[in-house]
Amino acid sequence: MEEPFVKTEIRKDENIVYKRTDLLVDRPLSYCPGCGHGVVHRMLMETLEEMDIQDKTIGVSPVGCSVLAYDFMNIDMLGAAHGRAPALATAIKRLWPNKFVFTYQGDGDLAAIGTAETIHACNRGENFTIIFINNGIYGMTGGQMAPTTLPGMRSSTSPYGRDVQTMGHPLKITELIANLPGVYYVTRQAVHTPSHVRKTKKAIRKAFEQQKENKGIAFIEVVSNCNSGWKMTPVQSNKWMEENMFPFYPLGDIKLDGKLIQKSEIAK
Amino acid sequence: MGELRLMKGNEAVAEAAIRAGCDGYFGYPITPQSEVMEYLMAEKPHERTGMVVLQAESETASINMLYGAAGTGKMVMTSSSSPGISLMQEGISYMAGAELPAVIVNVVRGGPGLGTIQPSQADYFQAVKGGGHGDYKLVVLAPASVQEMCDHVKLGFDLAFKYRNPVMILSDGAIGQMMEKVVLFDPIPRRSEEDLIKQNPWAATGKPKSREHIIITSLDLDPAGQERVNLKLQAKYKKIEENEILYETLGCEDAEFIFVAFGLSARICQKSMDLARAKGIKIGLFRPITLFPFPVKAIHDLGKKVKGMLVVEMNAGQMIEDVKLSVGCSIKIEHYGRFGGIIPTPDEVVKALETQIIGG
Ligand SMILES: Cc1ncc(C[n+]2csc(CCOP(=O)(O)OP(=O)(O)O)c2C)c(N)n1
Ligand code: SF4
Ligand SMILES: [Mg+2]
Repeated sequence: MEEPFVKTEIRKDENIVYKRTDLLVDRPLSYCPGCGHGVVHRMLMETLEEMDIQDKTIGVSPVGCSVLAYDFMNIDMLGAAHGRAPALATAIKRLWPNKFVFTYQGDGDLAAIGTAETIHACNRGENFTIIFINNGIYGMTGGQMAPTTLPGMRSSTSPYGRDVQTMGHPLKITELIANLPGVYYVTRQAVHTPSHVRKTKKAIRKAFEQQKENKGIAFIEVVSNCNSGWKMTPVQSNKWMEENMFPFYPLGDIKLDGKLIQKSEIAK
Repeated sequence: MGELRLMKGNEAVAEAAIRAGCDGYFGYPITPQSEVMEYLMAEKPHERTGMVVLQAESETASINMLYGAAGTGKMVMTSSSSPGISLMQEGISYMAGAELPAVIVNVVRGGPGLGTIQPSQADYFQAVKGGGHGDYKLVVLAPASVQEMCDHVKLGFDLAFKYRNPVMILSDGAIGQMMEKVVLFDPIPRRSEEDLIKQNPWAATGKPKSREHIIITSLDLDPAGQERVNLKLQAKYKKIEENEILYETLGCEDAEFIFVAFGLSARICQKSMDLARAKGIKIGLFRPITLFPFPVKAIHDLGKKVKGMLVVEMNAGQMIEDVKLSVGCSIKIEHYGRFGGIIPTPDEVVKALETQIIGG
């Protein structure tokens, strides 16, 4: 028998400084190494654990790379059709007003095929939380252009770069949504450094705390990398994200306590 | 005995939903069924029973609202008419795949496309043969009166939860709009959350420490797993075929010829029967009430006793395929249909019987 790499005798309670939350199922994630999806999963599940609301939470996963989020999150979940998560969440929250409800959606899911469901759920002021992973591309289907793909950015369906004249402009759906009266909290975060991860987690906590008070939609965009789709190493992709995505999708709060705090810039 | 009222078919559907203990209705306006949501909004079911009624932004949204709520074990319903039902097909397929109970009412209008707002039965294939993608079946009920519009809502919920399967009520613009007397069943209280969780242990209601987390999905990326899902569904449909067939016969005992018709067409055929019998033609009526499961054996047996069948439908010939499959090639089976919103008269049906079946 081969010797285990980590000697089990050093895995003692007194030596553990950080462990996986029980709200993440103990199985390998389906994400590419370096991808931001897994980090957001963890922040979300840690938050539910800290709030002790595992039994009161119903989540809705999208169609996209995070389609299997329900396999990784140890809570009751429903897998929506592509783009329709906000419709599911609307009905679930209306019929279970005492539960915590969230959707977890990619940019193609939320800002292309599901635009109508997203905007109308937000505009009705439904009381659930939306976690929106913007990686500027369709990760799952192999790196096609997304509504959020930057001008000039290459993808498999914009192989010479996105030409806004013929392919349209990137959609800043988050700014659009922030302008709707039913939306209470809108923020844009990232998870590529420890400090950004901490901020994202704080935002998630804030969103779930506000859900208790029936304030309306809390919308958290996480600008994230897709190193596989962007055809970069994880390190390169994070650098590229800082240099290209953040100037177009600036990080920070956009709406707090129902008030816009930043002049929204829907079209450039 | 229940309460006697004069109502439109669409109103009866709405009132029956409240009385059946329905938890939520999600819909989008379209003629000729908008009275369902209008009645519900006016009735304030939130005050009567706590039922939620929401006007969605589209039929795509309403069916996915249904999917979400049904996945948590709630008793939910939507209604629409042909174009709206077409828009729902992806969601219906997901619900069938994830085995979710719900009632979907289609008050059919003439098609294809935007078609017309007049009554039609041209959505038979869509309702009975799948409609959306993949191998799935809906339980399909075909009411022929306002009374059945009411009763099929309750029956629909019973079957939906018994088999964890979406149920479609396939009505049409005439039955939705016409007024008849109806005996309303006594209200059934909505289930408490505790009862719901007890009765539907499969539902996603929030994970307590005591059980594994529940996942509602129609996805299985492993082909062997997906085949197992399909086999399970097929076994369920077989059980439904064995246990849930409903039909009605009229004057079939001495009949030499048979009208086969569902819904409104069956009502017309009843009148045609009187006219034909007055002429000395021995005609009976066979009315399938469940279109899936289809009464294959009953029609097969009837086929052995009669000389011919006229399948009367307000479409270009859809149910006739199932009638022919049930009977085989032993007797003459012809179709008579009007479409695009035209309702056949009893006289023209008799004429069709005489020319196509008896004389033909
Ligand atoms: C109705 C429908 N159309 C298309 C698809 C194919 N599809 C699956 S995932 C996806 C894009 C997902 O991209 P995004 O939402 O950005 O998520 P990511 O994978 O980038 O996290 C598409 C187009 C589908 N499953 N269903
Ligand atoms: S394809 Fe992109 S978004 Fe999907 S798991 Fe890989 S890196 Fe993440
Ligand atoms: Mg994406």
